[in-house]
Amino acid sequence: MFVINCPYCGEREQSEFKAGGEAHIVRPKQPTELSDDQWAEYLFMRKNIKGIQFERWVHTHGCRKWFNMVRDTSNDEIKAIYKMGEKPPVK
Amino acid sequence: MKNKYSIISLIKNSFSYHENWQKAWGNPEPKKEYDIIIVGGGGHGLATAYYLAKKHDIKNIAVIEKGWIGGGNTGRNTTIIRSNYLWDASAGLYDHALKIWEKLSQELNYNVMFSQRGVMNLAHNLQDVRDLKRRTHANRLNGIDAVYLNTEQVKKFCPIINTSPDIRYPVLGGTLQRRAGTARHDAVAWGYARGADEMGVDIIQNCEVKGIKRSGDSVEGVETTKGFIKTKKIGVVAAGHSSVIANMAGLRLPLESKPLQALVSEPVKPIIDTVVMSNAVHAYVSQSDKGELVIGAGTDDYVSYSQKGSHEIVEGTLNAILELYPIFSRMRMLRQWGGIVDICPDASPIISKTPIKGLYFNCGWGTGGFKATPGSGDLFAHTIANDEPHKLNAAFNLNRFVSGDLVDEHGAAAVAH
Repeated sequence: MFVINCPYCGEREQSEFKAGGEAHIVRPKQPTELSDDQWAEYLFMRKNIKGIQFERWVHTHGCRKWFNMVRDTSNDEIKAIYKMGEKPPVK
Repeated sequence: MKNKYSIISLIKNSFSYHENWQKAWGNPEPKKEYDIIIVGGGGHGLATAYYLAKKHDIKNIAVIEKGWIGGGNTGRNTTIIRSNYLWDASAGLYDHALKIWEKLSQELNYNVMFSQRGVMNLAHNLQDVRDLKRRTHANRLNGIDAVYLNTEQVKKFCPIINTSPDIRYPVLGGTLQRRAGTARHDAVAWGYARGADEMGVDIIQNCEVKGIKRSGDSVEGVETTKGFIKTKKIGVVAAGHSSVIANMAGLRLPLESKPLQALVSEPVKPIIDTVVMSNAVHAYVSQSDKGELVIGAGTDDYVSYSQKGSHEIVEGTLNAILELYPIFSRMRMLRQWGGIVDICPDASPIISKTPIKGLYFNCGWGTGGFKATPGSGDLFAHTIANDEPHKLNAAFNLNRFVSGDLVDEHGAAAVAH
């Protein structure tokens, strides 16, 4: 368990949040023009990194807003949190 | 040659205070080159090496393991074995494994303590009842033993379950697979390791893979903490770390690695002689031969390699356990742990060739890989040796995420794997 600093509500327990998977996966503008390989890549393939990963979270039992997080998946340490649409603060 | 384990060897060794038992497997340094390298020394990896040596007559094999054998998910699961999966492809795969389990102790000359004590899956709402009845019919059409039980029959089979109609999630019925049960998880890894070692497989522990060397579209070897090892075929069976290895080879997988937790109680006298699982309240329980209750929880929803998991998952599971088994209310829990499971979008495994020649993956077992250990090893060995899948694992190819031919076992197979 860890504490998450919601950009809208402040520090809350992780149990109030839901993880939404890898961030910055761009939805294809014209899905109908994609090949099956490209569609599978978008829909299913994930980086699943051990280390620094960019991901989406939602404050389900709070403001219900989505935001982004940079987290070290090897030890669950949160490196940064930033709002949707903002540029990632770290590389 | 290994000395045979028997009552006679037990008596003989007791005279020397059990200090002169032959080593079950060696501790070799890696050779410069192997015909096949298996990455990952868990149950699945060791079983793969065992069947490659035994059925395909390939002896120049190494199993490389970054920690110690059986120290990952093989030693972290709740040891449940069953084959009552909904879809034909899964039924074939898991029942193949169950049939091997039934003879495994004799085959390996190693007691894996396989106990066919039955696995019961409970229904708590009308949809559960429909789903479980449908699955029972599907199982029977596939030749897998399955019966549907009503509430009274559930109570009769496992008397400590609270079947009162006024609990939050009342027990409306359940399914029972009598051939299902449990096994001793460590013994499975040790038994396969001993068998593989006897046939000349090198089991190299404390050796972490750092890179996969490729030349164009085929593999040339692996970089490890013990140096470069040359090979033409690599079988990766790295469970939660499959994506890490795939990234080294420049291969993308549809996996997410998440913590799955389990816990055991203090040991008590025999109280539950079967395995009971509940999909809706997400809790499953059995009792080990030592007397501990072995309780399985769910996965967290975030990617993590930390082998911890969150507290509220355990809390939710224990709430469900206490409502179903009020008799456990004063039990104390001894240990809790997490294992990192690699979950596929369709909750079915990948036992497959890849676009890279000589690179094979056996992954995506998610929350339910232990039960398939012998079958998985057998089929993966076939796939590597022949460079073609066996008909039982053909459906579990990596390309199904492109073709759309998924084997969707989410929920369908009583989710609490």
